[in-house]
Amino acid sequence: MKIMSKKRIVATTGNGAVAEAMRQINPDILSIYPITPQTAIVEGFSKFAANGLVDTECVTVESEHSSMSNCIGASAAGARVMTATSSQGLALMHEMLYIASGMRLPIAMFNVNRALSAPINIHCDHSDSMGARDTSWIQLYSEDAQEAYDNTIQAIRIAENRKVLLPVMVNMDGFIISHGIQKAEFIEDEKVKNFVGEREPFMPLLDIDNPVTYGPFDGLGGFFMEHKKNQADAMERAKSVILEVADEFAKISGRKYGFFEEYMLDDAEVAIVTLNSSAGTTRHVVDELRAKGVPVGLLKLRVFRPFPAEELVNALKHLKAVAVLDRALSFGSVGPLFSEVKATLFDLEVRPKVINFIYGLGGREYTLQDAKRAFDVLMDVAKTGKVKKTFDYLGLKEVEVLT
Amino acid sequence: MKDWQANKLMPGAIIPKSGTAREYKTGGWRSKAPKWNEEKCKQCLICWISCPEGAILVKDGKVRGIDMDYCKGCGICATECPFDVIKMVEG
Repeated sequence: MKIMSKKRIVATTGNGAVAEAMRQINPDILSIYPITPQTAIVEGFSKFAANGLVDTECVTVESEHSSMSNCIGASAAGARVMTATSSQGLALMHEMLYIASGMRLPIAMFNVNRALSAPINIHCDHSDSMGARDTSWIQLYSEDAQEAYDNTIQAIRIAENRKVLLPVMVNMDGFIISHGIQKAEFIEDEKVKNFVGEREPFMPLLDIDNPVTYGPFDGLGGFFMEHKKNQADAMERAKSVILEVADEFAKISGRKYGFFEEYMLDDAEVAIVTLNSSAGTTRHVVDELRAKGVPVGLLKLRVFRPFPAEELVNALKHLKAVAVLDRALSFGSVGPLFSEVKATLFDLEVRPKVINFIYGLGGREYTLQDAKRAFDVLMDVAKTGKVKKTFDYLGLKEVEVLT
Repeated sequence: MKDWQANKLMPGAIIPKSGTAREYKTGGWRSKAPKWNEEKCKQCLICWISCPEGAILVKDGKVRGIDMDYCKGCGICATECPFDVIKMVEG
Protein backbone atom coordinates (compact mmCIF):
# COMPACT_ATOMS: atom_id res chain seq x y z
CA MET A 1 0.00 0.00 0.00
CA LYS A 2 0.99 3.61 -0.57
CA ILE A 3 1.94 5.44 2.61
CA MET A 4 0.83 8.99 3.43
CA SER A 5 3.27 10.10 6.08
CA LYS A 6 1.75 13.40 7.08
CA LYS A 7 -0.95 14.25 9.56
CA ARG A 8 -3.67 15.99 7.58
CA ILE A 9 -6.43 18.39 8.59
CA VAL A 10 -9.15 18.09 5.97
CA ALA A 11 -12.70 19.03 5.13
CA THR A 12 -14.53 15.75 4.75
CA THR A 13 -17.91 14.08 4.96
CA GLY A 14 -18.41 11.49 7.68
CA ASN A 15 -18.43 8.79 5.01
CA GLY A 16 -15.17 10.12 3.56
CA ALA A 17 -13.56 9.99 6.99
CA VAL A 18 -14.64 6.39 7.54
CA ALA A 19 -13.41 5.33 4.09
CA GLU A 20 -10.08 6.99 4.91
CA ALA A 21 -9.85 5.11 8.21
CA MET A 22 -10.54 1.87 6.33
CA ARG A 23 -7.83 2.68 3.79
CA GLN A 24 -5.34 3.17 6.59
CA ILE A 25 -6.45 -0.02 8.34
CA ASN A 26 -6.07 -1.89 5.02
CA PRO A 27 -8.26 -4.88 5.97
CA ASP A 28 -7.91 -8.26 4.25
CA ILE A 29 -11.58 -8.36 3.27
CA LEU A 30 -14.27 -5.74 2.74
CA SER A 31 -17.84 -6.94 2.17
CA ILE A 32 -19.59 -4.50 -0.12
CA TYR A 33 -23.29 -3.95 -0.61
CA PRO A 34 -24.61 -0.45 -1.26
CA ILE A 35 -27.31 1.19 0.83
CA THR A 36 -28.07 4.84 1.42
CA PRO A 37 -26.60 6.69 3.32
CA GLN A 38 -23.65 4.30 3.78
CA THR A 39 -22.84 3.76 0.09
CA ALA A 40 -20.23 6.50 -0.13
CA ILE A 41 -18.06 4.60 2.36
CA VAL A 42 -17.68 1.46 0.24
CA GLU A 43 -17.68 3.57 -2.93
CA GLY A 44 -14.80 5.64 -1.58
CA PHE A 45 -12.97 2.53 -0.47
CA SER A 46 -13.50 0.87 -3.87
CA LYS A 47 -11.69 3.82 -5.45
CA PHE A 48 -8.75 3.26 -3.11
CA ALA A 49 -8.76 -0.43 -4.06
CA ALA A 50 -9.01 0.32 -7.78
CA ASN A 51 -6.09 2.73 -7.49
CA GLY A 52 -3.97 0.12 -5.75
CA LEU A 53 -3.79 2.01 -2.46
CA VAL A 54 -4.90 -1.01 -0.43
CA ASP A 55 -4.31 -4.77 -0.49
CA THR A 56 -7.93 -5.52 0.41
CA GLU A 57 -10.07 -8.02 -1.45
CA CYS A 58 -13.38 -6.23 -2.02
CA VAL A 59 -16.16 -8.80 -2.16
CA THR A 60 -19.32 -7.51 -3.83
CA VAL A 61 -22.22 -9.58 -2.56
CA GLU A 62 -25.90 -9.86 -3.47
CA SER A 63 -27.42 -8.76 -0.16
CA GLU A 64 -26.52 -7.65 3.34
CA HIS A 65 -27.35 -11.13 4.60
CA SER A 66 -24.62 -12.43 2.31
CA SER A 67 -22.40 -9.51 3.24
CA MET A 68 -22.41 -10.51 6.90
CA SER A 69 -22.11 -14.20 5.98
CA ASN A 70 -19.01 -13.34 3.97
CA CYS A 71 -17.59 -11.44 6.95
CA ILE A 72 -18.25 -14.43 9.20
CA GLY A 73 -16.55 -16.92 6.89
CA ALA A 74 -13.57 -14.67 6.27
CA SER A 75 -13.16 -13.81 9.95
CA ALA A 76 -13.32 -17.49 10.95
CA ALA A 77 -10.67 -18.16 8.31
CA GLY A 78 -8.44 -15.66 10.12
CA ALA A 79 -8.76 -12.53 7.98
CA ARG A 80 -9.18 -8.96 9.18
CA VAL A 81 -12.70 -8.14 8.06
CA MET A 82 -14.75 -4.97 7.65
CA THR A 83 -18.06 -3.92 6.14
CA ALA A 84 -20.51 -1.04 6.25
CA THR A 85 -24.29 -0.81 6.21
CA SER A 86 -27.40 1.18 7.19
CA SER A 87 -31.01 0.68 8.17
CA GLN A 88 -32.74 -2.05 6.10
CA GLY A 89 -29.32 -3.51 5.40
CA LEU A 90 -28.59 -3.98 9.08
CA ALA A 91 -32.08 -5.42 9.52
CA LEU A 92 -31.46 -7.94 6.74
CA MET A 93 -28.20 -8.96 8.45
CA HIS A 94 -29.98 -9.47 11.74
CA GLU A 95 -29.79 -13.26 12.10
CA MET A 96 -26.17 -13.29 10.96
CA LEU A 97 -25.27 -10.67 13.59
CA TYR A 98 -25.95 -13.29 16.26
CA ILE A 99 -23.85 -15.89 14.40
CA ALA A 100 -20.90 -13.48 14.20
CA SER A 101 -20.96 -12.70 17.90
CA GLY A 102 -21.89 -16.23 18.99
CA MET A 103 -18.89 -17.60 17.09
CA ARG A 104 -16.85 -14.84 18.74
CA LEU A 105 -15.60 -13.43 15.45
CA PRO A 106 -13.91 -10.04 15.37
CA ILE A 107 -15.55 -7.99 12.62
CA ALA A 108 -15.59 -4.20 12.42
CA MET A 109 -18.72 -2.83 10.79
CA PHE A 110 -19.69 0.75 10.19
CA ASN A 111 -23.39 1.46 10.50
CA VAL A 112 -24.63 4.82 9.25
CA ASN A 113 -27.80 5.34 11.28
CA ARG A 114 -30.97 5.54 9.21
CA ALA A 115 -34.66 5.02 9.93
CA LEU A 116 -36.41 1.77 9.05
CA SER A 117 -39.43 1.74 6.74
CA ALA A 118 -42.46 2.05 6.59
CA PRO A 119 -43.16 4.72 5.46
CA ILE A 120 -40.04 4.73 3.32
CA ASN A 121 -37.48 7.10 4.72
CA ILE A 122 -33.74 7.33 4.12
CA HIS A 123 -32.87 9.81 6.86
CA CYS A 124 -31.36 9.56 10.27
CA ASP A 125 -32.67 7.86 13.33
CA HIS A 126 -31.32 5.08 15.53
CA SER A 127 -33.97 2.41 14.95
CA ASP A 128 -31.46 0.31 13.05
CA SER A 129 -28.71 -0.01 15.64
CA MET A 130 -31.16 -0.07 18.56
CA GLY A 131 -32.91 -2.99 16.83
CA ALA A 132 -29.55 -4.79 16.97
CA ARG A 133 -29.09 -3.91 20.63
CA ASP A 134 -29.25 -7.49 21.90
CA THR A 135 -27.11 -9.15 19.22
CA SER A 136 -23.97 -9.11 21.38
CA TRP A 137 -22.20 -6.59 19.15
CA ILE A 138 -20.19 -3.86 20.82
CA GLN A 139 -21.75 -0.52 19.84
CA LEU A 140 -19.82 2.73 19.59
CA TYR A 141 -21.48 6.04 18.69
CA SER A 142 -19.83 9.01 16.99
CA GLU A 143 -20.85 12.66 17.15
CA ASP A 144 -19.04 13.80 14.02
CA ALA A 145 -16.68 12.77 11.21
CA GLN A 146 -13.68 12.97 13.53
CA GLU A 147 -15.17 10.58 16.05
CA ALA A 148 -16.39 8.26 13.29
CA TYR A 149 -12.82 8.09 11.96
CA ASP A 150 -11.32 7.60 15.43
CA ASN A 151 -13.87 4.98 16.48
CA THR A 152 -13.35 2.99 13.27
CA ILE A 153 -9.63 2.66 13.95
CA GLN A 154 -10.20 1.71 17.58
CA ALA A 155 -12.94 -0.81 16.66
CA ILE A 156 -10.37 -3.13 15.04
CA ARG A 157 -8.28 -3.32 18.20
CA ILE A 158 -11.27 -3.81 20.49
CA ALA A 159 -12.82 -6.57 18.36
CA GLU A 160 -9.61 -8.54 17.88
CA ASN A 161 -8.46 -8.34 21.50
CA ARG A 162 -8.08 -11.89 22.81
CA LYS A 163 -10.05 -11.01 25.96
CA VAL A 164 -12.96 -9.76 23.84
CA LEU A 165 -13.31 -11.50 20.44
CA LEU A 166 -16.61 -9.83 19.65
CA PRO A 167 -17.75 -7.89 16.60
CA VAL A 168 -17.93 -4.10 16.85
CA MET A 169 -20.46 -1.79 15.24
CA VAL A 170 -19.54 1.88 14.92
CA ASN A 171 -22.39 4.31 14.36
CA MET A 172 -22.82 7.87 13.09
CA ASP A 173 -25.86 9.84 12.03
CA GLY A 174 -27.00 9.36 8.44
CA PHE A 175 -26.75 12.46 6.18
CA ILE A 176 -26.30 14.89 9.11
CA ILE A 177 -22.78 13.51 9.61
CA SER A 178 -22.33 10.98 6.79
CA HIS A 179 -22.90 13.64 4.11
CA GLY A 180 -22.19 16.87 5.98
CA ILE A 181 -18.73 18.33 5.39
CA GLN A 182 -16.76 18.87 8.58
CA LYS A 183 -13.23 19.39 9.72
CA ALA A 184 -11.33 16.25 10.66
CA GLU A 185 -7.75 15.37 11.39
CA PHE A 186 -6.30 12.22 9.84
CA ILE A 187 -3.41 10.51 11.59
CA GLU A 188 -0.28 9.50 9.68
CA ASP A 189 -0.67 6.17 7.81
CA GLU A 190 2.33 4.66 9.53
CA LYS A 191 0.94 5.38 12.99
CA VAL A 192 -2.43 3.82 12.16
CA LYS A 193 -0.67 0.81 10.64
CA ASN A 194 1.36 0.29 13.79
CA PHE A 195 -1.66 0.90 15.99
CA VAL A 196 -3.86 -1.73 14.35
CA GLY A 197 -0.94 -4.14 13.76
CA GLU A 198 -1.58 -7.55 12.25
CA ARG A 199 -4.50 -9.70 13.31
CA GLU A 200 -3.42 -12.69 15.38
CA PRO A 201 -6.42 -14.94 14.83
CA PHE A 202 -7.60 -17.33 17.54
CA MET A 203 -7.94 -20.88 16.14
CA PRO A 204 -8.49 -19.83 12.52
CA LEU A 205 -10.09 -22.25 10.07
CA LEU A 206 -7.21 -21.90 7.61
CA ASP A 207 -4.65 -23.25 10.09
CA ILE A 208 -4.73 -26.64 8.41
CA ASP A 209 -2.13 -28.14 10.74
CA ASN A 210 -4.52 -27.59 13.63
CA PRO A 211 -7.96 -28.34 12.23
CA VAL A 212 -10.94 -26.97 14.16
CA THR A 213 -14.71 -27.09 13.87
CA TYR A 214 -16.73 -23.85 13.80
CA GLY A 215 -20.47 -23.61 14.37
CA PRO A 216 -21.26 -27.01 15.90
CA PHE A 217 -24.62 -28.11 17.29
CA ASP A 218 -25.04 -27.67 21.04
CA GLY A 219 -28.44 -28.91 22.19
CA LEU A 220 -30.27 -29.95 25.34
CA GLY A 221 -27.52 -32.03 26.90
CA GLY A 222 -24.84 -29.51 25.93
CA PHE A 223 -23.40 -26.22 27.07
CA PHE A 224 -25.35 -23.60 25.13
CA MET A 225 -26.16 -21.62 28.25
CA GLU A 226 -22.54 -21.68 29.43
CA HIS A 227 -21.42 -20.39 26.03
CA LYS A 228 -23.89 -17.53 26.32
CA LYS A 229 -22.60 -16.72 29.80
CA ASN A 230 -19.04 -16.69 28.41
CA GLN A 231 -20.21 -14.29 25.71
CA ALA A 232 -21.71 -11.98 28.35
CA ASP A 233 -18.44 -12.17 30.32
CA ALA A 234 -16.49 -11.21 27.19
CA MET A 235 -18.78 -8.21 26.75
CA GLU A 236 -18.04 -7.24 30.36
CA ARG A 237 -14.28 -7.62 29.77
CA ALA A 238 -14.65 -5.38 26.71
CA LYS A 239 -15.18 -2.44 29.07
CA SER A 240 -11.59 -2.38 30.27
CA VAL A 241 -10.29 -3.17 26.78
CA ILE A 242 -12.23 -0.23 25.31
CA LEU A 243 -10.52 2.08 27.82
CA GLU A 244 -7.06 0.55 27.23
CA VAL A 245 -7.44 0.96 23.47
CA ALA A 246 -8.65 4.54 23.98
CA ASP A 247 -5.56 5.34 26.09
CA GLU A 248 -3.26 3.95 23.43
CA PHE A 249 -5.17 5.80 20.74
CA ALA A 250 -4.76 9.08 22.63
CA LYS A 251 -0.99 8.65 22.30
CA ILE A 252 -1.09 8.64 18.49
CA SER A 253 -3.94 11.10 18.03
CA GLY A 254 -3.98 13.44 21.02
CA ARG A 255 -7.71 12.72 21.31
CA LYS A 256 -8.97 11.07 24.47
CA TYR A 257 -12.04 8.86 24.56
CA GLY A 258 -13.96 7.13 27.33
CA PHE A 259 -17.37 5.53 27.71
CA PHE A 260 -18.95 8.96 27.44
CA GLU A 261 -18.16 12.65 27.30
CA GLU A 262 -19.28 14.89 30.15
CA TYR A 263 -19.88 18.54 29.29
CA MET A 264 -20.43 21.07 32.10
CA LEU A 265 -21.79 18.21 34.16
CA ASP A 266 -19.90 18.57 37.45
CA ASP A 267 -21.82 21.57 38.78
CA ALA A 268 -24.99 21.03 36.73
CA GLU A 269 -28.41 20.50 38.29
CA VAL A 270 -30.01 19.06 35.18
CA ALA A 271 -28.60 17.34 32.11
CA ILE A 272 -29.42 15.80 28.77
CA VAL A 273 -28.14 12.31 27.93
CA THR A 274 -27.89 11.64 24.20
CA LEU A 275 -26.08 9.86 21.38
CA ASN A 276 -24.37 11.02 18.19
CA SER A 277 -24.82 14.36 16.42
CA SER A 278 -27.55 15.76 18.67
CA ALA A 279 -24.79 16.24 21.26
CA GLY A 280 -23.39 19.10 19.14
CA THR A 281 -26.71 20.98 19.11
CA THR A 282 -27.20 20.31 22.81
CA ARG A 283 -23.70 21.51 23.69
CA HIS A 284 -24.41 24.79 21.91
CA VAL A 285 -27.57 25.30 23.97
CA VAL A 286 -25.71 24.35 27.17
CA ASP A 287 -23.29 27.20 26.41
CA GLU A 288 -26.14 29.64 25.79
CA LEU A 289 -27.97 28.72 28.99
CA ARG A 290 -24.78 28.67 31.06
CA ALA A 291 -24.11 32.25 29.92
CA LYS A 292 -27.45 33.13 31.54
CA GLY A 293 -26.49 31.23 34.69
CA VAL A 294 -28.74 28.20 34.15
CA PRO A 295 -27.00 25.08 35.60
CA VAL A 296 -27.35 22.67 32.67
CA GLY A 297 -25.04 19.97 31.37
CA LEU A 298 -24.66 17.22 28.81
CA LEU A 299 -23.62 13.58 28.81
CA LYS A 300 -22.84 12.18 25.37
CA LEU A 301 -22.72 8.40 25.44
CA ARG A 302 -20.08 6.83 23.21
CA VAL A 303 -20.28 3.19 24.31
CA PHE A 304 -23.82 1.78 24.39
CA ARG A 305 -22.78 -1.90 24.42
CA PRO A 306 -21.28 -2.86 26.81
CA PHE A 307 -23.46 -0.46 28.81
CA PRO A 308 -21.27 1.47 31.28
CA ALA A 309 -23.91 1.42 34.04
CA GLU A 310 -21.69 2.01 37.07
CA GLU A 311 -19.83 4.90 35.45
CA LEU A 312 -23.10 6.49 34.29
CA VAL A 313 -24.51 6.37 37.79
CA ASN A 314 -21.43 8.13 39.13
CA ALA A 315 -21.66 10.81 36.46
CA LEU A 316 -25.39 11.47 36.90
CA LYS A 317 -26.16 10.81 40.57
CA HIS A 318 -25.71 14.42 41.74
CA LEU A 319 -28.28 15.80 39.30
CA LYS A 320 -31.85 16.79 40.13
CA ALA A 321 -33.27 15.85 36.75
CA VAL A 322 -32.07 14.05 33.64
CA ALA A 323 -33.65 13.98 30.17
CA VAL A 324 -32.70 11.03 28.00
CA LEU A 325 -33.03 11.74 24.30
CA ASP A 326 -33.95 8.78 22.12
CA ARG A 327 -33.80 8.81 18.34
CA ALA A 328 -35.61 5.48 18.35
CA LEU A 329 -38.76 4.17 19.97
CA SER A 330 -39.60 0.80 21.39
CA PHE A 331 -43.25 0.84 20.38
CA GLY A 332 -45.51 -0.01 23.29
CA SER A 333 -42.81 1.09 25.67
CA VAL A 334 -40.35 3.99 25.79
CA GLY A 335 -37.02 4.93 24.21
CA PRO A 336 -34.35 2.18 24.51
CA LEU A 337 -31.67 4.49 25.95
CA PHE A 338 -34.13 5.98 28.44
CA SER A 339 -35.27 2.65 29.84
CA GLU A 340 -31.69 1.61 30.41
CA VAL A 341 -30.49 4.87 31.96
CA LYS A 342 -33.53 5.02 34.22
CA ALA A 343 -33.11 1.40 35.33
CA THR A 344 -29.46 2.07 36.06
CA LEU A 345 -30.28 5.02 38.33
CA PHE A 346 -32.98 3.14 40.25
CA ASP A 347 -30.57 1.60 42.77
CA LEU A 348 -29.57 5.01 44.12
CA GLU A 349 -31.09 5.96 47.49
CA VAL A 350 -31.61 9.51 46.23
CA ARG A 351 -31.90 9.63 42.49
CA PRO A 352 -32.55 12.24 39.82
CA LYS A 353 -35.94 12.41 38.14
CA VAL A 354 -35.57 10.92 34.68
CA ILE A 355 -37.67 11.86 31.67
CA ASN A 356 -37.66 10.72 28.08
CA PHE A 357 -37.86 12.73 24.87
CA ILE A 358 -38.25 11.04 21.54
CA TYR A 359 -36.73 13.25 18.84
CA GLY A 360 -35.51 13.22 15.27
CA LEU A 361 -37.31 10.15 13.93
CA GLY A 362 -36.87 9.76 10.18
CA GLY A 363 -34.39 12.65 10.12
CA ARG A 364 -36.71 15.23 11.74
CA GLU A 365 -34.44 18.09 12.63
CA TYR A 366 -33.33 18.46 16.26
CA THR A 367 -33.23 22.21 16.66
CA LEU A 368 -31.77 24.59 19.23
CA GLN A 369 -35.38 25.29 20.26
CA ASP A 370 -35.92 21.56 20.91
CA ALA A 371 -32.89 21.44 23.20
CA LYS A 372 -34.02 24.62 24.94
CA ARG A 373 -37.48 23.18 25.49
CA ALA A 374 -35.99 20.00 26.97
CA PHE A 375 -33.86 22.07 29.37
CA ASP A 376 -36.89 24.25 30.28
CA VAL A 377 -38.84 21.14 31.24
CA LEU A 378 -35.84 19.82 33.18
CA MET A 379 -35.41 23.06 35.13
CA ASP A 380 -39.12 22.99 35.97
CA VAL A 381 -38.77 19.40 37.26
CA ALA A 382 -35.69 20.41 39.27
CA LYS A 383 -37.53 23.38 40.80
CA THR A 384 -40.79 21.65 41.64
CA GLY A 385 -39.50 18.12 42.20
CA LYS A 386 -42.44 16.95 40.12
CA VAL A 387 -42.56 15.30 36.70
CA LYS A 388 -45.58 16.29 34.66
CA LYS A 389 -44.77 14.03 31.74
CA THR A 390 -42.25 11.19 31.85
CA PHE A 391 -42.48 10.57 28.13
CA ASP A 392 -42.79 13.18 25.40
CA TYR A 393 -41.73 14.10 21.88
CA LEU A 394 -39.58 16.95 20.62
CA GLY A 395 -40.33 18.65 17.31
CA LEU A 396 -43.65 16.93 16.75
CA LYS A 397 -45.97 18.63 14.22
CA GLU A 398 -49.59 19.45 15.07
CA VAL A 399 -51.63 17.11 12.90
CA GLU A 400 -55.07 15.60 12.80
CA VAL A 401 -54.90 11.81 12.83
CA LEU A 402 -57.77 10.01 11.11
CA THR A 403 -58.65 6.69 12.67
CA MET B 1 -5.79 -30.59 22.10
CA LYS B 2 -6.00 -34.38 22.27
CA ASP B 3 -7.43 -34.26 25.78
CA TRP B 4 -10.21 -31.85 24.80
CA GLN B 5 -13.66 -32.63 26.22
CA ALA B 6 -16.97 -31.00 25.44
CA ASN B 7 -17.18 -29.39 28.89
CA LYS B 8 -13.92 -27.51 28.29
CA LEU B 9 -15.48 -24.54 26.57
CA MET B 10 -13.69 -22.70 23.81
CA PRO B 11 -14.78 -19.16 22.83
CA GLY B 12 -17.46 -19.32 20.15
CA ALA B 13 -18.08 -23.03 20.83
CA ILE B 14 -15.11 -23.86 18.61
CA ILE B 15 -14.20 -27.54 18.75
CA PRO B 16 -10.39 -27.75 18.64
CA LYS B 17 -10.37 -30.75 16.32
CA SER B 18 -11.98 -31.82 13.07
CA GLY B 19 -14.13 -34.73 11.92
CA THR B 20 -16.18 -34.73 15.10
CA ALA B 21 -19.42 -35.61 13.27
CA ARG B 22 -18.18 -39.21 13.32
CA GLU B 23 -18.60 -39.24 17.09
CA TYR B 24 -22.22 -38.16 16.85
CA LYS B 25 -24.31 -41.08 15.64
CA THR B 26 -27.40 -39.87 13.87
CA GLY B 27 -29.01 -43.23 12.98
CA GLY B 28 -31.51 -42.70 15.79
CA TRP B 29 -33.26 -39.99 13.72
CA ARG B 30 -34.50 -42.68 11.30
CA SER B 31 -38.14 -43.61 10.99
CA LYS B 32 -37.73 -45.86 7.92
CA ALA B 33 -34.72 -48.02 7.04
CA PRO B 34 -33.31 -49.08 3.67
CA LYS B 35 -33.34 -52.82 3.01
CA TRP B 36 -30.70 -53.79 0.47
CA ASN B 37 -30.94 -56.97 -1.60
CA GLU B 38 -27.31 -58.02 -2.05
CA GLU B 39 -28.06 -60.84 -4.54
CA LYS B 40 -29.91 -58.62 -7.04
CA CYS B 41 -27.48 -55.67 -6.68
CA LYS B 42 -25.67 -54.85 -9.94
CA GLN B 43 -22.99 -52.86 -8.07
CA CYS B 44 -23.56 -49.68 -10.13
CA LEU B 45 -22.70 -47.61 -6.98
CA ILE B 46 -25.38 -45.01 -7.75
CA CYS B 47 -26.63 -45.36 -4.15
CA TRP B 48 -23.10 -44.67 -2.91
CA ILE B 49 -22.85 -41.49 -4.99
CA SER B 50 -26.34 -40.37 -3.98
CA CYS B 51 -26.21 -40.94 -0.21
CA PRO B 52 -25.80 -37.53 1.49
CA GLU B 53 -24.51 -39.17 4.68
CA GLY B 54 -21.83 -41.44 3.20
CA ALA B 55 -23.67 -44.31 4.86
CA ILE B 56 -23.30 -46.77 1.95
CA LEU B 57 -20.38 -49.02 2.91
CA VAL B 58 -18.12 -49.75 -0.05
CA LYS B 59 -14.99 -51.88 -0.08
CA ASP B 60 -12.92 -52.89 -3.12
CA GLY B 61 -15.40 -51.15 -5.42
CA LYS B 62 -18.39 -53.06 -4.15
CA VAL B 63 -21.32 -52.20 -1.89
CA ARG B 64 -21.01 -54.25 1.29
CA GLY B 65 -23.86 -52.86 3.35
CA ILE B 66 -25.38 -49.76 4.91
CA ASP B 67 -24.01 -48.09 8.01
CA MET B 68 -27.05 -47.88 10.27
CA ASP B 69 -25.18 -45.76 12.83
CA TYR B 70 -25.46 -42.81 10.44
CA CYS B 71 -28.26 -43.66 7.95
CA LYS B 72 -31.05 -41.17 8.67
CA GLY B 73 -33.55 -43.08 6.51
CA CYS B 74 -34.02 -40.36 3.91
CA GLY B 75 -34.71 -42.92 1.17
CA ILE B 76 -32.62 -41.26 -1.53
CA CYS B 77 -30.78 -44.54 -2.18
CA ALA B 78 -34.07 -46.39 -2.66
CA THR B 79 -35.37 -43.71 -5.03
CA GLU B 80 -32.15 -43.53 -7.06
CA CYS B 81 -31.48 -47.29 -7.36
CA PRO B 82 -32.21 -48.11 -11.04
CA PHE B 83 -32.65 -51.82 -10.25
CA ASP B 84 -35.03 -51.50 -7.32
CA VAL B 85 -32.84 -53.49 -4.98
CA ILE B 86 -33.16 -51.03 -2.07
CA LYS B 87 -36.56 -50.76 -0.41
CA MET B 88 -37.61 -48.61 2.52
CA VAL B 89 -39.11 -50.61 5.38
CA GLU B 90 -40.16 -49.88 8.97
CA GLY B 91 -37.21 -49.51 11.38
